Amino acid sequence: MQDQAVIIRQVSKSYGNTRALRDISFQVGKGELFGLIGPDGAGKTSLFRILTTLLLPDQGSVTIEGYDVVKQYRKIRNLAGYMPGRFSLYQDLSVEENLKFFATIFGTTIKENYHLIRDIYVQIEPFKDRLAGKLSGGMKQKLALCCCLVHKPAILVLDEPTTGVDAISRKEFWEMLGRLKAEGITILVSTPYMDEASLCDRIALIEKGSIMAIDRPENISGSFSKPIWAVRSREMYPLLIDLRQYPGVEKVYLFGQYIHLTLGNEGQEPGRMKKFLEDKGHEEVEIKVITPGIEDSFIELMSQQKRHE
Amino acid sequence: MKKFIGFIIKEFHHIFRDNRTLVILFGMPVVQLLLFGYVITNEIKDARIAILDHSKDIVTREITVKLLSSGYFILDRNLSDDSEIHSIFQQGKVKEVIVFEPGFADKLEKTGRAGVQILADASEPNTAKMLVNYTNGILMGYVQSLNRLQTQQVQIQAEVKMQYNPGLKGVFMFVPGIIAMLLTLISALMTSISLTREKELGTMEVLLASPLRPIQIILGKVTPYLLLSFINAMMIILIGHFVFGVPVHGSLILLMSVTMLFILTALSLGILISTITDSQQVAMMLSMVGLMLPTILLSGFIYPIENMPLWLQVICQAMPPKWFIIMIKDIMLKGSGIEYIWKEILVLSLMTLFFIALSIKKFKIRLA
Repeated sequence: MQDQAVIIRQVSKSYGNTRALRDISFQVGKGELFGLIGPDGAGKTSLFRILTTLLLPDQGSVTIEGYDVVKQYRKIRNLAGYMPGRFSLYQDLSVEENLKFFATIFGTTIKENYHLIRDIYVQIEPFKDRLAGKLSGGMKQKLALCCCLVHKPAILVLDEPTTGVDAISRKEFWEMLGRLKAEGITILVSTPYMDEASLCDRIALIEKGSIMAIDRPENISGSFSKPIWAVRSREMYPLLIDLRQYPGVEKVYLFGQYIHLTLGNEGQEPGRMKKFLEDKGHEEVEIKVITPGIEDSFIELMSQQKRHE
Repeated sequence: MKKFIGFIIKEFHHIFRDNRTLVILFGMPVVQLLLFGYVITNEIKDARIAILDHSKDIVTREITVKLLSSGYFILDRNLSDDSEIHSIFQQGKVKEVIVFEPGFADKLEKTGRAGVQILADASEPNTAKMLVNYTNGILMGYVQSLNRLQTQQVQIQAEVKMQYNPGLKGVFMFVPGIIAMLLTLISALMTSISLTREKELGTMEVLLASPLRPIQIILGKVTPYLLLSFINAMMIILIGHFVFGVPVHGSLILLMSVTMLFILTALSLGILISTITDSQQVAMMLSMVGLMLPTILLSGFIYPIENMPLWLQVICQAMPPKWFIIMIKDIMLKGSGIEYIWKEILVLSLMTLFFIALSIKKFKIRLA
């Protein structure tokens, strides 16, 4: 028995001259909820398609539950559940017909694994006769999750399941993933939303086809070397311009309602910064020092990578 | 097997929920058959003729009556002078002018020879040729009846009998052609579209990631259309038989088996098309241009292959519908049994096997 569900070794993939994946290696333990975090075009979908045997890696090897994705792809197709980034159910079939179809092609029935999908399915069951194309975004994702769960996969691969889904449905979706993890299913999920990263056991930050960091979410944000200063005032754009002029400033970027910045050795006193800004005519200035989040780490790592190049 | 049945059920849901598909499947065959059957006829009916009778005797009048009572001709007017011929053709209504020489009956009686001139408007060559043939036929018939009355005269008489289609009805030719055309269209077009649709909508990604084998996906796609196309073919044969009187002289079972074989050929072509392209649009163009046109032009459906230049004739041999049309014509019109068409069956089977093998080989088990 090995305790790694997924082992990825030095995988590279190119489309023509575009390098989608560069030398990627990592492992995912059994029963782990693993997040692949990165912006659009970072290579998340390519990697997931290699995992689900839909693409061949140019170099490197991947095993899932001990099976090689190239040679033993048939085995993997039986034990993996894959939910593509695009809604990929039959829009002209009803909710129930979709579910039944996917149960049948995996050689099982809805009844057999109903316990797995029950929590999700009860929410869409009232609409079971509705055509899948007429469901709302959140409902579609729930149905898609049901469809890739119905054969009791050992491993779930979900490509951006919450993209384009409203905040409440996103929250519900992640709660469901938590319950599935409790059932012992290994879950790989990709998302462009940094706030979802903290809900994973471990995350990998991916950008331009390379993994920048792999760790527990709290460690990734903890590995951030410098404290973050969060600043806001009434007029945000002039604030951004002015903060760039502040002595000792290293990085300045908009982050939600605040501007985040890191400082060098100079200018570490909040009072001095406040005075600096008020002299420039800013009102309602608010300054605080915070612990960095994953997004901060991501931006930090990205700029480090740029320096290397 | 359960997977396979599940897949087929899904396919039927797709077909019966899409009105466009249903119209193409069931509306089009009927409309096309009726259109082709009624519009494209190359028979002569009620053609307008003019007669210039310089003789005006018993014989010419008898001949005139014979011509006009045949059902092929209507007398537009009687002419009195040669000069009128030109202008009457120019008006365009009259397609043929018949001129009897002066003293027709006299000459016929004394010398056994008399002249009739047939002038036809050959700006429509096919019609002109046919009109002349019909007129000739009627004249010959009349001469024959005269000979029978008179004492023996040695004369070689060619007796023509149009075998298998005595009325030279165009519909007899079109029904087999339309079956071939529609089966190609429905089978190849529909399967290639429905397979590429899965690719376009992204559902193929899920199917590929599932344990379904390529052969299950392909057969699952093909089986519903096999059934529906077969129903369609039978429908066309029934309409052809009861509306247009096209006979089915041969074995019905043989006819059905041959039809099934051709449907398979067309379906395998459809699959092949869908392995080449990922877009419904391209699949449609390929099926239309790549399959429909050759079926209409190069299969001997409308234009006889024997009249084509050699290089085109060679290409025609590679057209599956050509072989199918030969077979169903033989079965329906001549009542031929398998011993006469086994060669065609063999050719078509080999083609089908080749296409299926090629498309299974080309079917991608992965996305790229």
